[in-house]
Amino acid sequence: MIPLLSKPRLATKAKLRLDHITNQYVLLAPEKGLALNRTGSAISQLCTGAHTVEAIIEELCSSHPSAERALIEAEVLAFLQTLLDRGLIEVKA
Amino acid sequence: MTTTERPYALVAELTYRCPLRCVYCSNPTNYMNYADRLTTEDWLRVFGEAEKLGVLQVNLSGGEPLLRGDLIALVRGASESHLYSNLITSGIPLDRDRLSALRDAGINSVQVSIQDTIMEESDRIAGKTSFENKLQAARWVKDCGLPLTLNVVLHKNNLDRVDEIVDLAEKLQADRLELANTQYLAWALVNREQLLPTREQLVKARSSAMLAKERLKGKMEILFVLPDYYSDMPKACMSGWGRRYIVVSPDGLAMPCHLAHTIRGLTFDNVLESSLAEIWQHSAAFAAFRGNDWMSEPCRSCDRQSIDFGGCRCQAFHLTGDARVTDPACSLSPEHSIIKTARLGAAETLLPAKFIYRSAARNARA
Repeated sequence: MIPLLSKPRLATKAKLRLDHITNQYVLLAPEKGLALNRTGSAISQLCTGAHTVEAIIEELCSSHPSAERALIEAEVLAFLQTLLDRGLIEVKA
Repeated sequence: MTTTERPYALVAELTYRCPLRCVYCSNPTNYMNYADRLTTEDWLRVFGEAEKLGVLQVNLSGGEPLLRGDLIALVRGASESHLYSNLITSGIPLDRDRLSALRDAGINSVQVSIQDTIMEESDRIAGKTSFENKLQAARWVKDCGLPLTLNVVLHKNNLDRVDEIVDLAEKLQADRLELANTQYLAWALVNREQLLPTREQLVKARSSAMLAKERLKGKMEILFVLPDYYSDMPKACMSGWGRRYIVVSPDGLAMPCHLAHTIRGLTFDNVLESSLAEIWQHSAAFAAFRGNDWMSEPCRSCDRQSIDFGGCRCQAFHLTGDARVTDPACSLSPEHSIIKTARLGAAETLLPAKFIYRSAARNARA
């Protein structure tokens, strides 16, 4: 599991941009792209190396006050793990 | 006609010229008939038009794109059009300063090909002394802080060295490794007998690749692509004709794949005469094999028709003379015996390879 105090940042090969056809964000890497939903976009935009995983969870909790914290935490961790497995983020302590 | 699909990627084949002579080159065998007709401004306009259509990525490819003197301007243009740009190169001729300039112009990733892990073998396949220079180019990519893809085209002569290839990719700190088996079209079809591996080789190589993929998860992405000749079900070539990709040839033809202009009977529109949007939406050649209406049996009643789209149109044409039939790579194709016979030949060919090298004089043997 990704440590809560680590600070994920997008890998050099990953670029986040708005897809003007779908009006959603996509995470681009060599010869592929990952279409992101709103939560995925919000998390990816916080992967700058400046925020801890914990802070990212906090940020999402405050923008979704009606959602349960445990659910948000699980979703953030699962999404970051997917990005890590695909080499789209780097994690530094 | 309106199309609900949008293209995702543009393959810009900037030139068919290349310092190498690879025996499996995917450029058409009459490549010298296609001159570099597009100026810097033409390409920049095409990039802009592509982006408006929905394209997110551009592959700057060839031939050898480094032979374009305006490559830095093209990369800058792609970047200004917000396209994710991949440079697909042999690494020759490259120097460190030019690579830094490409980085500063906004290139997003660089793919360098090597032909083998053994210098003599790599040079023999490339038809030119190039291996050491390629490794140097790959190291510069990493030194410049750019993401590196190492590409190795696989065939019977190097397929037993997948472990060594993975080792080399790790040493070079590649972010991505493409282990792409030769597909038997263009020059590779000319040299098929010398290149087609056996099933045993493939099974072993694939299992090595899968182990490495698991071990290096998150560190290096590994792609292993089977040759159509052993897949039994055809692949969704280009994710389907005119669904995801636009390839533009050095002379400006806009096509659904990089060999579409070798299919007799199709006429492609040129980006020097029409806009990319016009071509994508209205050109007869893009419409020719879109959707399912063009299909005959066994595709017409097959439940995989929206998965593989009938396979590769170029392969159908080059093996049977008819681009409208099921890809013979499909085990359901009435012409599948062509593939089976070729596979039998692979097991029997033990003679040292006599390659026909890519050259303007088609029969230059070495």
